[in-house]
Amino acid sequence: MENLVQEAIANVNFAAIMPSLVLTLFGMAILLVSVFLPRGSTTPVAWLSVVALVVTGFVSLGAWNNPEVGFYGHVALDNFATFFNIIFLVSAALTILISDDYLRREGYPVGEYYPLILFATAGAMWMASGTDLLTIFLGLEVLSVSLYVLAGFFRGQLRSNEAGLKYFLLGCFATGFLLYGIALLYGVTGTTNIADIGMYFAQNPAYISNIMTLGGVGLLSIGFLFKIGVVPFHMWTPDVYQGAPTPITAFMSAGPKAAAFAGFLRVLLLALPALQPEWSTMFWILAVLTMIVGNVIAISQTDIKRMLAFSSIAHVGYALVGLVAANEIGISGILFYLLAYTFMNIGAFAVLVLAGKKGEDNLTLDGMAGFGYKRPFLAVAMSIFLVSLMGIPPTAGFAGKFYIFAGAVEAGYIWLVVIGVLNSAVSLYYYLRVMVYMYFRDPAEDFGWVKMPAAAVVSIVLSVVGVLYLGVLPGAVMEIAKLAIF
Amino acid sequence: MTDHLLSLMTFFPILGMVALLFLPKENGNLIKGFTLVVTIIVFFISLPLAFNDVFKTSAGMHYTEFVPWISVGEFFTMNYSVGVDGISLWLILLTTFIMPIAILSTWHAVDKNVKGFMALALLLETAMLGAFISLDLFLFYIFWELMLIPMYFMIGIWGGKNRIYAAVKFFIFTAVGSLLMLVAVIYVYYYAIQSGIDMSGFSITQFYQVAIPAEIQTWLFLAFAFSFAIKVPMFPVHTWLPDAHTEAPTAGSVILAAILLKMGTYGFLRFAMPLFPDATHQFIPFLALLSVIGIIYGALVAMMQDDIKKLVAYSSVSHLGFVMLGVFALNLQGLSGGMIQMINHGITTGALFLIVGFLYERRHTREIAQFGGLAKRMPIFATIFLIMTFSSIGLPGTNGFVGEFLILMGAFESQLRWFAVFATTGVILAAVYMLWMYQRVMFGELKNPANEKLKDLSGREIALMAPLLLFVFWIGLYPNPFFEKMTPALEQLLQQVNGTEIVAMVEPAQIQLPELK
Repeated sequence: MENLVQEAIANVNFAAIMPSLVLTLFGMAILLVSVFLPRGSTTPVAWLSVVALVVTGFVSLGAWNNPEVGFYGHVALDNFATFFNIIFLVSAALTILISDDYLRREGYPVGEYYPLILFATAGAMWMASGTDLLTIFLGLEVLSVSLYVLAGFFRGQLRSNEAGLKYFLLGCFATGFLLYGIALLYGVTGTTNIADIGMYFAQNPAYISNIMTLGGVGLLSIGFLFKIGVVPFHMWTPDVYQGAPTPITAFMSAGPKAAAFAGFLRVLLLALPALQPEWSTMFWILAVLTMIVGNVIAISQTDIKRMLAFSSIAHVGYALVGLVAANEIGISGILFYLLAYTFMNIGAFAVLVLAGKKGEDNLTLDGMAGFGYKRPFLAVAMSIFLVSLMGIPPTAGFAGKFYIFAGAVEAGYIWLVVIGVLNSAVSLYYYLRVMVYMYFRDPAEDFGWVKMPAAAVVSIVLSVVGVLYLGVLPGAVMEIAKLAIF
Repeated sequence: MTDHLLSLMTFFPILGMVALLFLPKENGNLIKGFTLVVTIIVFFISLPLAFNDVFKTSAGMHYTEFVPWISVGEFFTMNYSVGVDGISLWLILLTTFIMPIAILSTWHAVDKNVKGFMALALLLETAMLGAFISLDLFLFYIFWELMLIPMYFMIGIWGGKNRIYAAVKFFIFTAVGSLLMLVAVIYVYYYAIQSGIDMSGFSITQFYQVAIPAEIQTWLFLAFAFSFAIKVPMFPVHTWLPDAHTEAPTAGSVILAAILLKMGTYGFLRFAMPLFPDATHQFIPFLALLSVIGIIYGALVAMMQDDIKKLVAYSSVSHLGFVMLGVFALNLQGLSGGMIQMINHGITTGALFLIVGFLYERRHTREIAQFGGLAKRMPIFATIFLIMTFSSIGLPGTNGFVGEFLILMGAFESQLRWFAVFATTGVILAAVYMLWMYQRVMFGELKNPANEKLKDLSGREIALMAPLLLFVFWIGLYPNPFFEKMTPALEQLLQQVNGTEIVAMVEPAQIQLPELK
């Protein structure tokens, strides 16, 4: 007994979980602080949260090229995890910066909002650094539970309630699938450790085509694909994205999605490389479906939040193309793309947050008519984000798509790339339409209610800088992404 | 100074744009004047190119600059690699020459959000010049796409009634083509790497060295050709052009006609043809057929228009058909004719759009039936209009004659003999639709009372047209200075396109064993 304890203590390595540990502690402290603040004053909490994220950012950066493994190999803070940690932190920080005034406008200035985002981020970090299926599951749960609450945060609004409940029910289903998958894989291999599973299949190739393996991989994939929002597991996205508080929508489309990608990539590339022919085919089909469904449905949307929700499905499809390629450039392309997407999508949502009236019923195409003349700064920023979402140079979206598609071309998936670029062409239409309304229509509103809080402006400026930097000089970050993959 | 001449020329408009943002928004004339000065300076920066005799003797790239730009380990390198040869030389000069004229034409036409318009125009100039000087396919693609956005806004914000439809159509047509080209660009790159060539970036001079099997060339050529054919525009992907031209503001139409359309033809000359010579030969009959259809169809549709601007727009389809026919003739006459006709079209059609703009500014209509008998009220206008009409028809002594004559001669001497015969009808049709239009607008009796008080051209308007008139006659009477500088580059291009075909024919993969009988 004593030996076990000693061994357990010897396996504790706080360095391996340092970023998420710091973030969690900050989160708990902030939760306490918010209790003692007068009701409705959330600004200090917001700024404290930003500080927490920045501090965690520095802690994370310290782990670059300095991998730590701990807890019986359940957790590894390698370059891969660090790259994703930065994505999560950036998306959380950009989200929090646009939240403060928004919460007050919508009438829910509640302090818990910020610690919940921090906890979600910590959960995302565990997903990225989990080297055991159970750690990934744990991270996923922490992330999801926080998000369920955040999605339904406006408890007096029907739409928000619907979003929270829908996300919760469907999310539970998906987690169930994931657990089943883990159980089946455990049944075959006798372990939940990712590296060990990979080793097991390498040594016992006979078990690769075992029905239980295939079933397990299938169920596991469903769990992840649900979180990523891949067709046909995307049904929750539009309603949840539309109903959730806008900053949370922005956050969900970037951070948690990246987290699910992180966990999934690690499982696929380290535990299941032996099944690559199988999953490549599967993702080929899913990527095509996802791109087509996302883009085609986005065309007919008039609510901009909903349009961006469907377009985010399409963007997942582009990222999946890199997964199909499964080569160095394709995978690092995914990493790059997720970072790029964080900037451009949160940026676009940030503009919407500022442009919305209370209740946000005006965030339709008609509601944006003439926005470009009344709010030139916001409209130019929005245009840059939209151009980037279209994948037009010189923006981050183009560079990301370029790398992903280049990876697929290198791997020989020409037709997939052709389908991908044709889908980008479809997406031009609905992104352009927002610009059409902003610039080519005469203003119907005076947009007098649009305030420019400093924090939100910082968020938008950072996003613009990110989009343009990654677009004009993508080399440095791509080099880092390359070092981050396995 | 000359080391960085191209960069200075290309990025000076962007610098101007940044400075422009600090000017007061209300003072429209200051903004217009400032932009005009910037574009004139760019013209003078580019002028040394015109006087450099090196192009007469050397086909290669000059004024080259090379700066490593994006480098991702062993994946990719992209370089800022630029240069100019006898082919791009004249298109660059055309760009820098037309831009000040286009800006000057906005003096009364653009009064809404002047600052935005001028900023976009300057951004557009950088993008266009960048595309012409790029020697790296990736760099070219960036500039190529960058052109879209300013033009999209120009049409969409300052355009006519149907501007939104036209702007979106313009954007989507062009972008669809270029996305497929992007796939082909990536593919060529990997093909080059896999065939053991040590690529430094997406350098086109290195891509020229890659021997690509004919069946792969077919697909790649199709992807490139599709993209460029949309931009030219060739029949049947020309439909965006009449809409875009009709709805765009005058300056936008001028830039679109004079320069943006040349991107397509330039793309064929610089990329599609020399990169994929086998496929070029394979598709020439087909593309030549499309060109001839474009010539005749464009002319016939132009004849039926009752809107002058639409008429000029469709005449563009016809004229660009001539350019492409000359290019596909693949001999020196045809190519030089095509090149000179690109410049001619820029000058003449640019001028015609300006003329339409003058009329529209005075009468706010472009309908032919609204006019008639203007010649008496506006003698200077009538003279200039007549000269430009003759130039568009290709009357001897004007620039149009030189281009069309060489194109038809080149096509007649090549395998496209019968195509040339049919194309010739396009010249006749051009005379019909242009002269008929001129007659209905300028001659006859002045019946419409609204035309009674029309003023003749102002000093500014004459100043706009003067340089264009100069070139109409210069190229028409003494085109040698233009030809002698493009000939070496065109000869080299011919060698690339025709020469490699002979080499490729003896490539092992191409030889089929005779069947045993």
